[in-house]
Amino acid sequence: MVETFYEVMRRQGITRRSFLKYCSLTAASLGLGPAFVPKIAHAMETKPRTPVLWLHGLECTCCSESFIRSGHPLAKDAVLSMISLDYDDTIMTAAGHQAEAILDEVMTKYKGNYILAVEGNPPLNQDGMSCIIGGKPFLEQLKHVAKDCKAIISWGSCASWGCVQAAKPNPTQATPIHKVIFDKPIIKVPGCPPIAEVMTGVITYMLTFDRLPELDRQGRPKMFYGQRIHDKCYRRPHFDAGQFAEAWDDEGSRKGYCLYKMGCKGPTTYNACSTVRWNGGVSFPIQSGHGCIGCSEDGFWDKGGFYDRVTGIQQFGVEANADKVGGAALGVVGAAVAAHAAVSAIKQTQQSRNKPGQDE
Amino acid sequence: MLSAQDMQEAAAHGRAVKAVYVYEAPVRLWHWVNALAITVLAITGWFIASPLPSLPGEASDHFLMGYIRFAHFSAGYILLIGFLGRVYWAFVGNPHARQMFVLPLTNATWWREVLFELRWYLFLEPDPKKYVGHNPLAQLAMFTLFLTTAVFMMVTGFALYGEGAQAGSWSHTLFTSWVIPLFGQSQDVHTWHHIGLWVIVLFALIHIYAALREDIMSRQSLVSTMLSGWRMFKDDKP
Repeated sequence: MVETFYEVMRRQGITRRSFLKYCSLTAASLGLGPAFVPKIAHAMETKPRTPVLWLHGLECTCCSESFIRSGHPLAKDAVLSMISLDYDDTIMTAAGHQAEAILDEVMTKYKGNYILAVEGNPPLNQDGMSCIIGGKPFLEQLKHVAKDCKAIISWGSCASWGCVQAAKPNPTQATPIHKVIFDKPIIKVPGCPPIAEVMTGVITYMLTFDRLPELDRQGRPKMFYGQRIHDKCYRRPHFDAGQFAEAWDDEGSRKGYCLYKMGCKGPTTYNACSTVRWNGGVSFPIQSGHGCIGCSEDGFWDKGGFYDRVTGIQQFGVEANADKVGGAALGVVGAAVAAHAAVSAIKQTQQSRNKPGQDE
Repeated sequence: MLSAQDMQEAAAHGRAVKAVYVYEAPVRLWHWVNALAITVLAITGWFIASPLPSLPGEASDHFLMGYIRFAHFSAGYILLIGFLGRVYWAFVGNPHARQMFVLPLTNATWWREVLFELRWYLFLEPDPKKYVGHNPLAQLAMFTLFLTTAVFMMVTGFALYGEGAQAGSWSHTLFTSWVIPLFGQSQDVHTWHHIGLWVIVLFALIHIYAALREDIMSRQSLVSTMLSGWRMFKDDKP
């Protein structure tokens, strides 16, 4: 007999009151109205738990670390019980053949009905030898498990974009999931790591409504990645007023001015940090006085300095940004124009001397 | 293509023609509105990327960055609307109104004229030719340096504007939704939009220099033509 979410929660000693609180908080974090709270509660009371297989490729486990700190009331008990996390080689008790056997068991029993969560990504160079799971390249395990899954969640920037191991020159050719699996719906939940509540929110949505959340063109759930950090930043009034911190220890910095000039990537980063925040809503990087580094954006390691507003351009092969390149070009063209004007003037004078009496 | 026709026109009328009506009023109006919009866009754009020093006092007392961005966005709208009007005029206006949009790339004569103009600019030709519209080199520069850059700036600019206007806005639907994924991420669009600023500045420098120089050294009027619409020829030779 497969247990429902609710039964599992109750068995783990969670009161009904806590359960309902969890449902309302989840509804709020998903941007749903109060009318959805009973629907979420009903779904969790009646639906069997959906098994989740959580694979780890090239990664640093920061996604897992974030996930287990979900700040909702039921974080450490319920979230882990809510999804039937049947395989997660980093935190599971089973090991070796016993652990690997679970994969095949779930794949057979819940064929086409389990969710595959991937943290990290497969390296393709050197026959995938840079990431070996259970004696085989990670790519093999990934393709094997992805074959019968219902949908894939790409946890974090590694699985979504490639992240640091895919930064130039990417020696192992670490490749994001959507570039190796093409026949399954993929939900990208980028961030390094993603916000805990965003992770649990995405999973809750999928289980509650039995469908994928609405995604943008880059495959991210719109509910969490529809706006930039900048759009909801509490320092935005300082930006509009033109008040910026110019050094980490200046007056502006102490007064909590906008970190735009310090290279904050809030204006170019789509994530929910400025609304959901971190560690149970305590703070987020900008609130702590450091600019956003844009960790949920594609290739953020390769976009120049974290502390530059006008960021570097890799293509030119030297340390350069748009202003340096443009300024140099303007200097060269300006000098050329000046020289050309000088020669033209000499020529014009010569001509009028050679043809006296003729109007030019 | 056009220049040959111009020459025939001029030749047919012989010595009688010393002036031809080239730039119709909407084209002239567009030129100067455009010049103003680009100036505002370049200056405000620079201050968006490298903001002015902070103002003291409460944030609620100021809206400096807001006004700079407002000016940038307004000028951007004027650039776009002006450009759409200019495209419309390319269809209904005189043949010269189309010159900027279509390059006669398959026309060998046109290419020879481009080379001739290049030689003229390199001081290898003693005397310039007469042109009613753009000379072929100018036409090439208008298309590659100005037209493509302006379209690129409008597309990337409104894609960035749509980020603030957010999903559901026309700019987000028309531009942001495909431009950002095309470039990879927002920061790249910012960087390329910023490079576009420099290309426009370079264009303006070359454009103004060439116009002034041609006004002095060529055999026809340049600067006054964009004010009155009439191309005046300085001599009667063909």
